[in-house]
Amino acid sequence: MAAITLKNIVKKYGDGFAAVNDVSIDIADGEFVILVGPSGCGKSTLLRMIVGLEDITSGDMMIGDRKVNDLAPRDRNLAMVFQNYALYPHLSVYENIAFPLRLAGAPDQEVDEKVRNASKTLELDEHLERKPGNLSGGQRQRVAMGRAIVREADAFLFDEPLSNLDAKLRGQMRTEIARLQKRLGITTVYVTHDQTEAMTLGDRVAVLKRGYLQQLATPRELYENPGNLFVAGFIGSPPMNFLPAEVDGTTVTLPFGTVQIPEEKAERAQGKGVLMAGIRPEFFEDAQIADKVGSDSTFTADIDFVEWLGNETYAYIPFEAPPEVEAKMRELEADLEGEGLRTQLVVSLDGSSRIKEGDKAEIYVDATKMHLFDPATGENLTVDREHAGEIPDHALVTAG
Amino acid sequence: MRKIGLVAGVGAVLVWCLLPVVWIISLSFKSQAAVSGGTDPGFLPLDSFTGFANYADVLADDQFRRAIINSIGISLIATLLSVMIATLAAYAIARLEFKGKKLVLTTALAIAMFPVVSLVSPLFDLWRTIGLYDTWPGLILPYMSFTLPLAIWTLSAFFREIPWEMEQAAQVDGATSWQAFRKVIVPLAAPGVFTAAILTFFFAWNDFVFGITLTSTENARPIPAALSFFVGPDPFQRPAGLLAAAAVVATIPIVLIVLVFQRKIVAGLTSGAVKG
Repeated sequence: MAAITLKNIVKKYGDGFAAVNDVSIDIADGEFVILVGPSGCGKSTLLRMIVGLEDITSGDMMIGDRKVNDLAPRDRNLAMVFQNYALYPHLSVYENIAFPLRLAGAPDQEVDEKVRNASKTLELDEHLERKPGNLSGGQRQRVAMGRAIVREADAFLFDEPLSNLDAKLRGQMRTEIARLQKRLGITTVYVTHDQTEAMTLGDRVAVLKRGYLQQLATPRELYENPGNLFVAGFIGSPPMNFLPAEVDGTTVTLPFGTVQIPEEKAERAQGKGVLMAGIRPEFFEDAQIADKVGSDSTFTADIDFVEWLGNETYAYIPFEAPPEVEAKMRELEADLEGEGLRTQLVVSLDGSSRIKEGDKAEIYVDATKMHLFDPATGENLTVDREHAGEIPDHALVTAG
Repeated sequence: MRKIGLVAGVGAVLVWCLLPVVWIISLSFKSQAAVSGGTDPGFLPLDSFTGFANYADVLADDQFRRAIINSIGISLIATLLSVMIATLAAYAIARLEFKGKKLVLTTALAIAMFPVVSLVSPLFDLWRTIGLYDTWPGLILPYMSFTLPLAIWTLSAFFREIPWEMEQAAQVDGATSWQAFRKVIVPLAAPGVFTAAILTFFFAWNDFVFGITLTSTENARPIPAALSFFVGPDPFQRPAGLLAAAAVVATIPIVLIVLVFQRKIVAGLTSGAVKG
């Protein structure tokens, strides 16, 4: 077991394309860290650099106290679970799990003991003699994990391990991985593009965009204090709403009307012209059923469309945005791999709300939790630095 | 109706292919006199049936025994070396980036296109000069060079099918590149390896032109060449029965080898390696 330290890691390909740019992450011993981001953000490359399957262009990769930049994968003593499992089809489940031990030249008795232990943990006992080709997706996944836990590796690396499973199995395996990691207490780096996995599994989450680290923080910090527009838009489902906003004193003018924000937040956003306000869907409520309604924080809006999910209701409210804000939002959508079809507000209302399509409804908004972003740099002006983990400086300049 | 057609079709093909073989077998059980005198023209050896006398005679013949040993030895060594070299070469071609990769592939193909006959006379002179004439290596070398191209092409296709992750997983699990190759890649490419082996063995075993040109004594003469020199006890009478018996004996090893190798050619061996 060991800590993993990434210091200014850069990966440049032969054609000059930089897949990973100056990423520094400290992973403590026993910590579960998630690398998350849209495809092409360099998260898998980063993982493969940790394990040694990709060369490091510059920077230091430390495992424990050892610099491992130039070590072959087999000398790094890490265990990895591949996205497509990469099981050895010519070997039985038993031999698949035993493979790392056999390579290390362990005596048969030790191999047997450890394999049986691992198979018991993963409930693979009755499948030990079968070939991977005859197993279901979930079973293959467990064999791949068995191969990882059977030896005393310094850390586990997972490369989107659940992306090939169906939704139900994915949920089960997610809990299983979390439980296993807590029990073994082993340092783990986990790559995913699924934010549910990122939020539920990780002690800390590193959000990446185009090879740049955007923010490294706990899931709660990421959600409540995103460092920039990209992180704010990436974390959360349905995503945070972005609206053009103008701040004057503590009054914020939104397309629907004005709301009041706390003084400390307002202070930091003075005199910056048109800003982008970020409000999560659940900060809205149907004024009819909200408990703390004040006239300064409600507005009336035309409801375009309603989705009732039982426990909650999503209502869609279209709005007009000035061109510079709209351009910024299109850019952000592209970064997030979404389709910026229209500028609209998604509000999450209580399931008991009776608002219907075409209604003119009164909506309450909790503006104290609103974030204000500089549309030019994407920087979150109202971020609470003490509860936002690490935000590299470049994330405030280059971020979209 | 369709079933009858199928049976008839398969029957016709079987008769077409196997009749010569059965005929040879039938001949091998007839007595020498009956074959040359035409006293027992029937398909089945009736009154001229000699049991295994021809086989006993053939196996008692020293020349023939030498030829069998030569053939088996030369073919096996050529196959083994050819497959080993082809496996390494094909792996390099499929997995590594190096200059001249295309050149290697096209040259290999070009070699395979040369007619064997056009190379025989220069080889004869060359082999005599450097002392390879009438030796095992003198035959093993040309067999290898003619079978390598095909083996390389077959195998590199197989290697390309194996997912990269297999090898990377092995490396992460603690394998050296060589161990990953030997314990993961080669077993997965086994069908390809055995296909290449069968093709190579066929070529070497059935070759006649090299065998008769590059040898002069039983020192290295393989079976197909030896059969043409086979005269039996009476030089003035072609020993048809003996020849037939010898031909049958010469076929047995290749049938055995194909049967053994065929089991190893299990299609779809890689299924289950990655997501399914």
